[in-house]
Amino acid sequence: MKPFSRLGSGLRAALAAAAFVATGLAGPFAGAAVFNPETFTLANGMQVVVVPNHRMPVVTHMVWYRVGAADEADGESGSAHFLEHLMFKGTETLPAGVFSQTVARNGGRENAFTASDYTAYHQTVAKDRLELVMRMEADRMTHLILNPEQVEPERQVILEERRMRTESDPGALLGEYVDASLFLNYPYRRPVIGWEQEIRSLSVGGIMAFYRKWYAPNNAILVVAGDITAAELKPLAEKYYGVIPRGPDIQRLRPQEPEQRAPRRVVFKDDRVRQPEWSRVYLAPSYFFGDARQIYALEVLADVLGSGATSRFYRHFVVEGQKAVSAGVSYSGRAVGPGRFGLYVSPRPGVTLAETETAVDALLAEAVKTGITAEEVQRAKDRIIAGAIYARDSLGGGARVLGAALAIGLKVEDVEEWPERIRAVTTEEVNAALRAVLDPGRSVTSELLPANAADGKV
Amino acid sequence: MTGARHIRRIGRLLFLIVGLLAVGPRPASAIDIQRVTSAGGIEAWLIEDHTNPIISVNFAFRGGSALDPAGKEGLADMVSGLLDEGAGPLDSMAFQTKLEDLAITLRFEAGRDTFGGRLATLTENRDAAFDLLRLALTEPRFDTEPVERIRGQILSNLRHQTEDPNSLAYKALFAELFPGHPYGRPSEGTEDSINAITAADLRGFSVGRLARDNLVIGAVGDISPRELASALDQAFGKLPERAAPWQVAAATPRASGTVSVVKKAFPQSTIVFAQRGLMRDDPDYYVAYVLNHILGGGGFTSRLYTEVRDKRGLAYSVYSALVPMDFAGLVMGGAGTRNDRAADTVKVIQDEWRRMATEGPTAKELDDAKLYLTGSFPLQFSSSDRISGILTAIQLDDLGIDYLDKRNAMIEAVTLEDARRLARSLLDPAGLRFVVVGQPAGIGTGG
Repeated sequence: MKPFSRLGSGLRAALAAAAFVATGLAGPFAGAAVFNPETFTLANGMQVVVVPNHRMPVVTHMVWYRVGAADEADGESGSAHFLEHLMFKGTETLPAGVFSQTVARNGGRENAFTASDYTAYHQTVAKDRLELVMRMEADRMTHLILNPEQVEPERQVILEERRMRTESDPGALLGEYVDASLFLNYPYRRPVIGWEQEIRSLSVGGIMAFYRKWYAPNNAILVVAGDITAAELKPLAEKYYGVIPRGPDIQRLRPQEPEQRAPRRVVFKDDRVRQPEWSRVYLAPSYFFGDARQIYALEVLADVLGSGATSRFYRHFVVEGQKAVSAGVSYSGRAVGPGRFGLYVSPRPGVTLAETETAVDALLAEAVKTGITAEEVQRAKDRIIAGAIYARDSLGGGARVLGAALAIGLKVEDVEEWPERIRAVTTEEVNAALRAVLDPGRSVTSELLPANAADGKV
Repeated sequence: MTGARHIRRIGRLLFLIVGLLAVGPRPASAIDIQRVTSAGGIEAWLIEDHTNPIISVNFAFRGGSALDPAGKEGLADMVSGLLDEGAGPLDSMAFQTKLEDLAITLRFEAGRDTFGGRLATLTENRDAAFDLLRLALTEPRFDTEPVERIRGQILSNLRHQTEDPNSLAYKALFAELFPGHPYGRPSEGTEDSINAITAADLRGFSVGRLARDNLVIGAVGDISPRELASALDQAFGKLPERAAPWQVAAATPRASGTVSVVKKAFPQSTIVFAQRGLMRDDPDYYVAYVLNHILGGGGFTSRLYTEVRDKRGLAYSVYSALVPMDFAGLVMGGAGTRNDRAADTVKVIQDEWRRMATEGPTAKELDDAKLYLTGSFPLQFSSSDRISGILTAIQLDDLGIDYLDKRNAMIEAVTLEDARRLARSLLDPAGLRFVVVGQPAGIGTGG
């Protein structure tokens, strides 16, 4: 019901790859570590993380690969995601369908997902079925078999998925245009699901080459969360994953983003739009891009400006100004490539996007001029840190946060020490981050409008 | 999918399916449900768990948006958005500031049959959390600013839904299945009905609706029975003892076998379908539950998944589910498919419906389904919030405090004869009603 919880649709799509991580990290916490994982590495280079949670005799088993849509070759967008679908199509020892039938017969649930920076497969099962899913998941790491009778219907499934998630949603379409505009060269400009014409042209040979290049134990992370310890898991991990030969060393060599100097604007009009939206996204630091020391200050800043009912954006536009139905700010710096800092406002009827943009710029100018206050910073920090306790409660939450972090190249400490690093953020750092991130030359402003709207008018 | 409201609505539906239906057998490790009764006579079911300093409380009042007055459709939904927008001495901003500063989550939600809520707090803020809940339930302010703000947000979402495939499809389907019945009306209202709701309507809502005798509560986490008992009186003790009597007529869905089209220039046809189902207390409920799992229920192995998605590549998403409501039951499902294959998809679904009605499941399918449904039970208990929701759902459905012990046996007891008998008597391929939103080729309009 609370629309501040919703991101602007264009922005939401623009942040989709990263949002997953941000959501999972709804906020680690005070004092102690967050998830208290145990870790070790197999001789073949596969990292292993155990996240204890003994509430039920259940485990979530995940294998993460350090490969995603941003690692695809030009002209082959959608390969990582297509492969993820095809990983359910069988191996020599487990023909098509047997994997899923076996998981189901054992009372397990399974799925997989692909993002720009990683691909992950997961099953949740009773603890005594863990060995079974480990055996099957290890098998398909290197023994996948594909034949055209299975690939072609799956290609159609993926085209339906694209129609459902993207083509049916003007906001999602706009998100693709925003990404393609924000990143001049970095491959985040490519949609994770792929461009339609490239999905149609991907070959079985190309996908198998992608699989052989990226799927190897030294490019994978095993995360098991639940009623288990590292001592219990280690023999199983060695038995099933440890025997897989190490592959060649893998380096992610991605095209880098050049310096950006020109503000860009994307205006998308569509018959189906009934609620116009204004949004803007800035290229921002991440752990591996730009000034990485600013990421914690940016998390606090995004919270102060636009997360929740008492944030500056929501109060200014929705409550006090009564100019918008929703408004917010978000930031994600957990990425191999650049981070994104986004703003969005959905105006009330009768308020134009041009007026909205003027008001956003005024609000930001005022914030830069007078500064974010020490009290605002403290409130945001407390709120973010308290969230860590909640994050520990769910069975799969820790596995997802840790898996995603390691898959982009972070260390366990980066997750576990996160509350401390948030706590250490000063008001000065937040204000410095605010001044640094709001560089128009590194931004894309977008307008989502009904088909019959004049530019900037609703 | 601009609207989070829309997404949540689908989420709510899934909760109904997963939460209410799949509540299941007892896991290997004991889960002790304690019945806690406060000095003031308020009962809650509690699972104590002191692992993390978190308390999660789910609660629900029987009676939901089906009780919205004619012309004021969407009232319960609107109230659910306003109870945490100012109460007692705290105006909207003060109330929200307190929630945020104490990291308390307080949410209300109107379903067709219930008005529910959820509270999550850190142990250290327990007293403040239950006090904010008391204020929200008994002293909501409905100040003009938040009322108009939330009204504006609801209207924005209603406008969005006029071009959203899933919203359009489900609204049309329910209107066709339940003409003249509250279930046929949009629970989130219409532009006219939302505009017609006055501050007096909002203030009058809780009178007769939110009371102690139509309330169920599930609690999980870092709280003792004694502490919970006193918190129950603190939060709910000031509610009136009895709800006003109310009635919703039992309804038989009009499953006429038609395929109607909502013509929209969308790139994909969104297909939804339904026929008569069973109520939750039907003696054959578990037979239907297992049967549906085989037909279109779970994961990557159901017949609809295999035939529509896996073999033919007609859809990314295809499913069926039992939807037992308080005054009607449905077997319902959906799929999204390219416009030029929509007719094929409808036909494959009809064919699978017919094949299951005629032949029933195989012995192996039945065994596999029972293995999945019994074995996957503990997976439901994945977070405090999920567990307290399950405790609430069990009470709403009157399944008994020993339900978790009994449920697997009820699944196990389903025989092949039961499943085939019910497949014949329940599944009605000729009556399965379809709504298709998009520009499907080869399917006539009307219906």
